[in-house]
Amino acid sequence: MKLTGSDIVIETLIEQGVTDVFGYPGGQVVNIYDSLYKAQGRINHVLTSHEQGASHAADGYARSTGKVGVVIATSGPGATNLVTGIATAMLDSVPMVAITGNVPTALIGRDSFQEIDITGITLPITKHNYFVSDVKDLADTIREAFRIAKSGRPGPVLVDIPKDVQVALTEYEKQPCTEKFKNKIAKDIYIKQAVELINESERPYIYIGGGVLGQDMAEQVLALADKIGGYIGCTFMGISCVPTSHERFLGMQGMHGHYASSMANKQADLVIGIGVRFSDRATGNTAKYVKNTQFIQLDVDISELNKNINVDVGVHGDIKNSLERICEMVNENPRPEWKECIDALREREAEIEKKAAEDGKDRFMPKQVFDIINEIKTDNTVVATDVGQHQMWAAQYLKFAKNRTFISSGGLGTMGYGMGAAIGAAVAKKERTVLITGDGSFGMNLNELATAVTYNLPITIVLLNNGVLGMVRQWQTLFFGERYSNTVLERKTDFVKLADAFGAKAWRCATPEEFKKAFHESSNAQGACLIEVLIDKDEFVFPMLPPGGSIDDIIVSRERGE
Amino acid sequence: MCKFVIAVIVDNKPGVLMRVTSMFTRRAFNIDALTVSTIEDPNYSRITITISGDENTKNQFVSQLKKLYNVKKVKVLDDDVTVKRELMLIKVKNSPETRAEIMAAAEIYRAKIIDYSTDVMSVELTGEPLKLDAFIKIMMPLGILEMCRTGIVAIERGTDTMINQE
Repeated sequence: MKLTGSDIVIETLIEQGVTDVFGYPGGQVVNIYDSLYKAQGRINHVLTSHEQGASHAADGYARSTGKVGVVIATSGPGATNLVTGIATAMLDSVPMVAITGNVPTALIGRDSFQEIDITGITLPITKHNYFVSDVKDLADTIREAFRIAKSGRPGPVLVDIPKDVQVALTEYEKQPCTEKFKNKIAKDIYIKQAVELINESERPYIYIGGGVLGQDMAEQVLALADKIGGYIGCTFMGISCVPTSHERFLGMQGMHGHYASSMANKQADLVIGIGVRFSDRATGNTAKYVKNTQFIQLDVDISELNKNINVDVGVHGDIKNSLERICEMVNENPRPEWKECIDALREREAEIEKKAAEDGKDRFMPKQVFDIINEIKTDNTVVATDVGQHQMWAAQYLKFAKNRTFISSGGLGTMGYGMGAAIGAAVAKKERTVLITGDGSFGMNLNELATAVTYNLPITIVLLNNGVLGMVRQWQTLFFGERYSNTVLERKTDFVKLADAFGAKAWRCATPEEFKKAFHESSNAQGACLIEVLIDKDEFVFPMLPPGGSIDDIIVSRERGE
Repeated sequence: MCKFVIAVIVDNKPGVLMRVTSMFTRRAFNIDALTVSTIEDPNYSRITITISGDENTKNQFVSQLKKLYNVKKVKVLDDDVTVKRELMLIKVKNSPETRAEIMAAAEIYRAKIIDYSTDVMSVELTGEPLKLDAFIKIMMPLGILEMCRTGIVAIERGTDTMINQE
C-alpha cells in the first residue's frame, strides 16, 4: 500500500502501540496533523498551550505508565521549545519519542524560515536522534526510535522529518510493535563476588534508584532486604519503587533526605546500589562518602559503574536478573545488631520530627498539607511535582504504595515541569492526579491550566504559595547572610481569580482545616482544580546537607526567630 | 597518566564523527589526537583516538563510546602488539648555513624532501610519534615556518581484526 510520509508517521505510531500523543501544530508538521485528523478515533492528540508543556506531558505520560511518551512539534521554535522537556527526560532516563517537522530538504542549510538544526541541538540530550532524508527510511527509523527509547536504560529519541519527506509517497507495510533489545545478563563471577561481599558484611544497606522504578522490582528488592536483614534507602528518583510504609524502608537519602536513611548509609559497611548513579545530591561529598564502606553497584548501563565513585564490585547487566540471582545465592542472616542500630536512628529521627512539630504548632506547617494529602489520596493516585522546597517536602512526607505514582524532575530539576507532567499522567491514568507546586514553578508553565480545563482533566493543583523562591531563599538565609537577591516575588497575582479565568475551580486556604476541606472537595470534583495554600516564606527544608558537605554536616533544624 | 590508543569502528554516515566528538565535550574527555578514514568495508569508518588519563578514565571513555548507536566496535589497542604511525609535513627555512643540517637529518630520519627552493624546504616524515617529535626538536633552531601532523593511525599485528572480534 502506498502512503505519504505523514500517513506513515501516524500508522507507525499506531503500530507501535501509541494511543495518545501530545503536541502543537505548525507550518512544517501540518501534513502530519492532517494525517492525525484522518486517524481520529485510532489515536488521540492532546493540544497543549506550549511545546514545552507537551514535552513534559509526554514525559509524565511515560513515567506514570512505563510506555513511550510521544510529542510532536513543528520546526524552528516548535522544536527548540522541546529542548528542556527532552533534557528533563534524558537526565531521568524516561522513554520518549519526539517528532519534529523541518523545512523541505532543498531549503535545509539556507537559514530558511523556521529552520533549525534540531538534531544538532539535541545531540547531547537525546539517547539518539535521526534526520530522515528519504521517505523509504521513515517507517523503520520511527520503529528503531521506539526500540532505542524503551530498551536498556530508557531515554528520549528525536526524529526530524523534513516536509518533502512527509509529502512523498512510498510503500508501507504494517509491522508488529518492536521488541526491546535484550538486556545483557551479568557474568556469574560478579554475582559471586557480590554474594561474598554481602555474606561478609555486618551492616548492609540497599540503595535503590530510578533503575528500579523502570523494572517494577519492589518484590525482588524487599526479598533481598528480608533475607539479609538489610535496610533500604532510595534516591529521589527511587521514590515509590518500594512501599513507603514497609518496615525495611527508611526513605530518601541525600541532600534533603531522611535522617535515618542518610545515617544508615553512613553507618553501613556495605552499600548495595541498584540502578543508581551515586549522584552528588544523594551522596554529598564523595571523598567522605566512600570512607570505610564497601560498594556493590548493579546497573544495566556499564558506563554508570565507577563513574561517580569507585565500587568494589560492579555488576553489569539486567538488574532484576542480577538481584534475583544474588538473592538466591546469598546466606540468610537476620543481622539483629544492624536492626538495633537502625531502630536507634529511627528513634532519633522521630525525636527530630517531634521537635519540629512542636516548634511549628502555632502555625500552618507544610508537613500538615502532605499529611492531609496522604490521608485522602488513594494508592493509585499519581502525584507530580515541580521543583523547589515543595518538591523536597513531597519527597520527604508523601507516602506511596505503588510504583510510578511519584513523578518529578530529579536530574535536571526543571521548574515548570509539573503542570505538563500532571497532564500527561491524567491523560494516561484517567484518574485524579495531584500536582504539588510552588508559586515560582507554577508561574513558569501555568498556561497549561488551559489544557487541563479544555480536556476536562482530573488534576488537583496544590500550590504552596510563600511569595518567594523558597529553596534559593533558604540558601541565601543559611549561606549568603540573608541577602535575598531576586528571590522575593511580591507578585500581585490572585491565583484563585487566575484559575477562575482559565475555567478551573479554586480555593484559597490558610489553615489545615480549610485545606482538608478543599482537598476533599477537589477529590470529588470534575476537571481541573487549584488549591492555593498560604505558607510562611521562611519554612525550611530539613534535614539538609550543605552543598559540598557530607552526612557529618547534616543540619536538622533551625532555631526560628533568630 | 598513561596514553591509550583506541580504535573505533563506526557507521560511515553523515554526522557520526560529530556524535562521537560531541560526547568528548559533554563528558569532559581530553583528546590528544584523532584520525578518521574509510576502511575495507564501505559501510564503516575507523576512528583512531589517542587519550591521556588513568585506567578509570579509559574505562569510562570506552563505555561511553559503546553507548553511541553508530559505534559498532571499540578496542583499546594493546601497546605491545600495536604498530603506530603518523605522517608529518614540515616547512623549514632553507639557507646556506642550515641546508646541510636539514639534509643530514632528513637522511638519518629517512624523511623525504618534497619541496625545495632557495628560501624554504618542505620535508615529509612518517613514523612513530616520538620519532616525529625528535625530528621537530632538531628543526626547531633551524627555523620551522609551518608544520602539520596527521595524528596517530594504529593497527594490531597478527590475524585478529576489529571486524572479526567479539
